[in-house]
Amino acid sequence: MSVEVRLPTVLRVHAGGNSSVSLDVENLRELFEKLTELYPAMAGQVVTDEGSFHRFVNVYVNDDDVRYLEKLDTKVRDGDVVTILPAVAGG
Amino acid sequence: MAYFSSILELIGNTPLLDVSSLSPNSQVRILAKLEGQNPGGSVKDRIALAMIEDAEKTGRLSSGDTILEPSSGNTGIGLAMISKAKGYTLKIVMPENVSTERRACLESWGAEIIQSPGSEGSNGAVRHAQKLAEERPEYVFLYQYANPANPRAHFEGTGPEIFRDCPEVTHFVAGLGTSGTLIGVGSFLKSKNPQVEIWAIEPPSGEMVDGLRSLDDGYIPPIFVENNGEDLLDRRTIVSPRESIEWVRKLASVGVFAGISSGAVMAGAAKCARAIDQGVIVVVFADGGWKYLSTGAWSDDIDQVVDRAKSMIYF
Repeated sequence: MSVEVRLPTVLRVHAGGNSSVSLDVENLRELFEKLTELYPAMAGQVVTDEGSFHRFVNVYVNDDDVRYLEKLDTKVRDGDVVTILPAVAGG
Repeated sequence: MAYFSSILELIGNTPLLDVSSLSPNSQVRILAKLEGQNPGGSVKDRIALAMIEDAEKTGRLSSGDTILEPSSGNTGIGLAMISKAKGYTLKIVMPENVSTERRACLESWGAEIIQSPGSEGSNGAVRHAQKLAEERPEYVFLYQYANPANPRAHFEGTGPEIFRDCPEVTHFVAGLGTSGTLIGVGSFLKSKNPQVEIWAIEPPSGEMVDGLRSLDDGYIPPIFVENNGEDLLDRRTIVSPRESIEWVRKLASVGVFAGISSGAVMAGAAKCARAIDQGVIVVVFADGGWKYLSTGAWSDDIDQVVDRAKSMIYF
């Protein structure tokens, strides 16, 4: 039972240089709690102290932005891939 | 004899092409709006014209002025074509790692290119242009990311054209860059039928070129925030460079020579088609394939093309 979390370059420095981490969790709230337990420097990076997502970060479960799903309550299952990406411009 | 008197009259009214033969669900039709048919070769001709005409109307822009804009390509090219036709000088801030054809197009239309570091990506080009605009207040800074004429061009043009040609549309799928297309077309279609779903497709920037030292360097276009983009969109999904290239090749296999972001959008439309029972999806193909020939997207080994996408701005 595990979920793969893919980290963007800008966050790897807070996660011991890892580009991905495997966690055994059931939803995103739990996922970010465990990630912070594992790497304390991740605190406040993706989820703010107020409990919402950082303004310039987008989180996807299997390619879908979770702001349009159940946000932090989005459930994850064994084999799911969670991707964290910074907000960038195009055009 | 029927003829047009200005190249600018050829902007808009692009055709809708049925590409349902590529739909993974036989109950779902997919229609593509071919924005590459615009005279400057992309959907951005629409906003370039709208922003320039708006600045002329409000008196911000007049004959002999210099226009400044950050662009990874298409907006710059549209502005260059229109600036030539109307007699303005144009300066474009562009990351150095875009396809060579984009730079060549801009030069052909006489624009001056100011290069920003490739490692800073599009965000870097925006920052450099903002700084330059402050230093040189005489430049007319159109700023597509915050200019209301951008979404308005789609609310008044692209959206009504889609609804006129396909009132049965159930889903609208387009790429998310400045968010102008999604905001403008999305608001228009929802005003006609609130049931229409709006899907944003995000091609991730190459990991070498996301341009960030920390998350606080992130960027959300002001027009997305001001128009409550988060409430308007029903779904937002990422498409990998590999899927984008695969779909650009599938499109070529049915005779459609589309740009790489169109491959990403088509991959998103296929995802949408699989997720619904039936419907009519309208997608926007922002440009044709011409400006991406040098990337080898159609000819080279796909692993090589995908690898190059890590350090190039393809979208």
